[in-house]
Amino acid sequence: MGALSPAGRARVATVWLGGCSGCHMSLLDLDERLLELAPRLDLVYSPLVDAKLFPEDVEVALVEGAVCSEAHVELARRVRARSRLVVALGDCAVTGNVSALRNALGGALPVLERAYLDPGNLQPQLPAAPGLLPRLLDRVLPLHQLVPVDLFLPGCPPHADAIHAVLLDVLAGRRPALQGKVRFG
Amino acid sequence: MTVRTLTLDGEPVSAREDETILDLCREHGVPLPTLCHLEGLSAVGACRLCLVEVKGSPRLQPACTLRAEEGMEITTSSDRLRRYRRQLVELLLAERSHVCAVCVANGRCELQEVAAAVGVDHVRYPYRHPVTALDASHPRFVLDQGRCILCTRCVRVCDEIEGAHTWDVAGRGAGARVVSDLASPWGRSDSCTACGKCVQVCPTGALFEQLQPAGGGVKRREFLTFRTRAREQGPWGR
Ligand code: SF4
Ligand code: SF4
Ligand code: SF4
Ligand code: FES
Repeated sequence: MGALSPAGRARVATVWLGGCSGCHMSLLDLDERLLELAPRLDLVYSPLVDAKLFPEDVEVALVEGAVCSEAHVELARRVRARSRLVVALGDCAVTGNVSALRNALGGALPVLERAYLDPGNLQPQLPAAPGLLPRLLDRVLPLHQLVPVDLFLPGCPPHADAIHAVLLDVLAGRRPALQGKVRFG
Repeated sequence: MTVRTLTLDGEPVSAREDETILDLCREHGVPLPTLCHLEGLSAVGACRLCLVEVKGSPRLQPACTLRAEEGMEITTSSDRLRRYRRQLVELLLAERSHVCAVCVANGRCELQEVAAAVGVDHVRYPYRHPVTALDASHPRFVLDQGRCILCTRCVRVCDEIEGAHTWDVAGRGAGARVVSDLASPWGRSDSCTACGKCVQVCPTGALFEQLQPAGGGVKRREFLTFRTRAREQGPWGR
C-alpha cells in the first residue's frame, strides 16, 4: 500500500459531488464498524471533517455524486490526480442517476427556471453569485466519463456492508471483487 | 418421438425434437441470461442475451429460438459471449433513461438483475438521455417509453394470450417504439380490454399500474403458468 500517514495509517478521503449525501449516510451506517476501522485509517478529506483542500497522496477516495458543475469538474480532476484508488460510490457517481435527469430536459437553464422562476415564488430570480456559485453543467456526467475510475460501487445508496467490504479489501491491499454482489438502484 | 443427442458445454445431453437450446439449458441448470424470452409466449430472439456458440457455425445464435439438432456442439459461456452480453446490457442501459432509484420496478426489474448477473457495474458508452414519452392516458396503466427495452413481450402476450393485439412496434433502430392501436394514446384504444397482461409480463418498469410508488411494481404471471400447463397436460383448467 502506498499512501500512509506518519502513524502508518491509510490516508482515506470521501468526496461529495452532485448527490443527495445518501451515500455518505450509508457510510455512517457502518455504525460500530467505523470504530473498528478508525485506528487503521486517517480521514484526510471529507464532508464529515474540516479539511478545505483536497490533500496530496491519498490512498483511496470514495466519490459520491455525479459531475454537475464546473466546481465538480475541478475537484474530480484534483481527486484523480492525488489519489491512488478512485472509487465511484453510488449510482449518481456511477450512472448520473437522478442528478442527470436534467440532461433530457434541455440542460441547466430550463431546470433552474422551473425551480426559481416559478410564478408561485414571491421574488422569482435565478441564483447568481459569480466567483461564489459555480456554473452548472448542461450535461451531467458519471464520474468515469470525466476521469478514470478504478472501482464502481453502484446502489442508491450502496449498502453499508458493500462499503465495508470495499474498505476492508483496500486496507488489506486486496482488489475488491464485487461482481454479482451489487446492483443499480 | 425421436431423441436427439448433442453436447452442452462439453456434456452429452439428449433432447426431444421440440426442445430449444434454452429449454436444455434450463433443464440442466446451465445459467443463461434472457430478457425477451418468457415461458408461455412465443420466442422471437429480440434481445440477443441468450446467444450461444454452435461449433462449425461462424454465427452466434440465440438459444431461445435455436432448435436442438443431432450432433450439435453448443458453448454457452466463453470470453467472447461474456463480452457481448455485457455490451448488450450496457447498450440497453445507455439507450433510454434508466434511473433505478425512482423506478417502479426497482428491486424487481429483470434488466437490473441481468446487469448484475453479467457483471455490469458501470456503462462504458455515453448515455443518450433521449426525450421519451410517457403515456398515462389509460385509466389503470402507464407506459414509460424511457424504460422500454423493446423486448416485445407486451406485443406477444396481448396478441397470443389476450387476443386483443393492441401493441405493435413502430419505427426503426433507436427510434423504434411500442405503440398502441396505430400510435394513438393507450387510453383511447378500442382494442385494449384493460386485462393488464402486458403490465404483468413487462420485464422492466416501462409498463406499470397507476399510482404505484418507486419499487412498488409486483408482477403476477400465474396466468402464463396455467396456460403452459394446460397445453402440456391437456385439461384446460387449473
Ligand atoms: S426499468 Fe429496471 S433498469 Fe430501468 S430504471 Fe427501472 S429498475 Fe432500473
Ligand atoms: S391491458 Fe390487455 S388488452 Fe390492453 S394492451 Fe395490455 S395486454 Fe392488451
Ligand atoms: S413495454 Fe415492456 S414488455 Fe413492452 S417491449 Fe417495452 S420493455 Fe418489453
Ligand atoms: S432471450 Fe433469447 S434473444 Fe432474448
